[in-house]
Amino acid sequence: MSEVLLEIRGINKRFGGLRALSDVSLSIKRGEIYGLIGPNGAGKTTLFNVLTGLYQPDEGEFSFNGRDLFAAKPHVVVASGIARTFQNIRLFHNMTALENVMVGRHVRSHSGIVGAVLRSASNRYEEQAIKQRAQELLAYVGIAHRAQDVAKHLSYGDQRRLEIARALATDSILLALDEPAAGMNSTETEALKQLMQTIRASGVTILLIEHDVKLMMGLCDRIAVLEYGKKIAEGIPEVVKADPKVIEAYLGVGDP
Amino acid sequence: MNASTARHLKTLSLIVVLTLLPFVIQLALGNAWLRTLDTAMLYIMLALGLNIVIGYAGLLDLGYIAFYAVGAYTYALLNSPQLLPLLTGTGYEGLLHTPIWIVLPLAAMLAAVFGVLLGAPTLKLRGDYLAIVTLGFGEIIRLLLRNLTRPLNITNGPIGINQIAPVEIAGHSMSKPIQLGGLQFTSLYQYYYLFLVLVLLVILVSSRLQHSRLGRAWIAIREDEVAAQSMGINTRNVKLLAFAMGASFGGISGAMFASYQGFVSPESFILMESVMILAMVVLGGMGHIPGVILGAILICLTPEVLRDVVNPLQDQLLGERIVAPDDLRMLVFAIALILVMLLRPEGLWPSRRRTSELHEEDEAKPSVKTKVASHE
Repeated sequence: MSEVLLEIRGINKRFGGLRALSDVSLSIKRGEIYGLIGPNGAGKTTLFNVLTGLYQPDEGEFSFNGRDLFAAKPHVVVASGIARTFQNIRLFHNMTALENVMVGRHVRSHSGIVGAVLRSASNRYEEQAIKQRAQELLAYVGIAHRAQDVAKHLSYGDQRRLEIARALATDSILLALDEPAAGMNSTETEALKQLMQTIRASGVTILLIEHDVKLMMGLCDRIAVLEYGKKIAEGIPEVVKADPKVIEAYLGVGDP
Repeated sequence: MNASTARHLKTLSLIVVLTLLPFVIQLALGNAWLRTLDTAMLYIMLALGLNIVIGYAGLLDLGYIAFYAVGAYTYALLNSPQLLPLLTGTGYEGLLHTPIWIVLPLAAMLAAVFGVLLGAPTLKLRGDYLAIVTLGFGEIIRLLLRNLTRPLNITNGPIGINQIAPVEIAGHSMSKPIQLGGLQFTSLYQYYYLFLVLVLLVILVSSRLQHSRLGRAWIAIREDEVAAQSMGINTRNVKLLAFAMGASFGGISGAMFASYQGFVSPESFILMESVMILAMVVLGGMGHIPGVILGAILICLTPEVLRDVVNPLQDQLLGERIVAPDDLRMLVFAIALILVMLLRPEGLWPSRRRTSELHEEDEAKPSVKTKVASHE
């Protein structure tokens, strides 16, 4: 449980003159739910994009599951076992739910032009396996009955679930969820919480950005707090909650 | 009758129709229309090739005709006396009679290489920007063909290449008619059947690719490139594959064009041709093979129909000819495209997916719930 899965050290990311991340270091242990909180604009999503390869960091170290992923391309990151969802849902809207998840299998399958054109036995077998795995994952997140529906016709909560299924389809070791509960009502949030616990119980580590502090405190094993691109606190929820710097970041400095 | 028998029956009747089509056309409409039919087949291949780039991967390519040109010149150079002065005495004169089963794959491969050459620098471009660069690429190839006469005369410049040998299969030159049981198969018939085989091959490859892992990746990129990347798709390679595949169909079609026509010049590969092929894809239904074929046929037939209808009509109604049919052609295309864009932006015969993309407003109503088969 205590083995380090992901470790970054001294990550810097600048956009022109803006220092979006400065000297951020953190480590995520295998099997935990790790939360990332902070006020708006603190750099949470930037850090997320760095960890998933969408942004290339300027300096620092980034290792994951024994591999160096510094400035690696997104498809390399995904192949290494990190998959993500997006704050503003980014499904393939005009593909069916099933096809969305099947796209997620891309990185774990191999058939190319020749196999597809000749429709070789191995290609057919692989295609069948992709479909079957996708169906299993839809059932796993609880939307098997929507498999043949176009993604954009799914309800908001189901779209969130579909995004998670699609990410899991890449056989991820670390699942990075960017505000998965945004816009959900309390029933949906509770169901999502249960889903995340099920996923964690299956052995997948979870990295979570969330504004719902109550949800985070109840769910995460450890939490890091970002403010102005810097990590200001890290630790178990109870400690972080009581940290004066964190209180200051969220509520401002009180007048003496 | 069960489903499988019904399908076999459908396939069988389609084969009969396609086999008899040239006879019917020639008897009913004459040789000129048979020639149009052959040309239409070439355009179907082109439209299906462009469909991979635009319809599947969503990359707007306005220079597609360049790949047609690459294929055409590949065939022309390897099956005409054009390079004879350069090769005389080198012992390589035999290259000028390269057989079709070598030229055709070579044309496809060369076109694919050019597809990658075009694709590589444009990987980060999208939409309008990509369109402009590809448009420029098309013109570069045409100008290159026009000017590649010094220091070695390779393309023969604007004059073009003449005396291109027709396709030769098993020692039989396709320019010579075949007598078979009282029927005479002229060159036009023979090319029709050759093109038919190639078109069917192109359809098979397109449809299998569409329903493969790669096809899904193309569509994913079209839908949302960032999400596709985050799902582990190597967008660079997958896009280059789309360019290469699309281009290779263009190359095959081009090689056939050169042999069929017996003559190529840069004037056959102007921007207008790229626009026409794009119009075929858009008019018919982007991303949908039957739609794209329909689009290609309609656009190929329009000028012929105009030619057959406009002049007699003018003679009868006005007693004199005021407009030339060719001038009307652009007007008709323009009106048709405007109408399609206004009334059926998804094309005349679209895929269900495309329809759902372009009719967002209808779906806001909760009562509408479209079911789409997992494989469109």
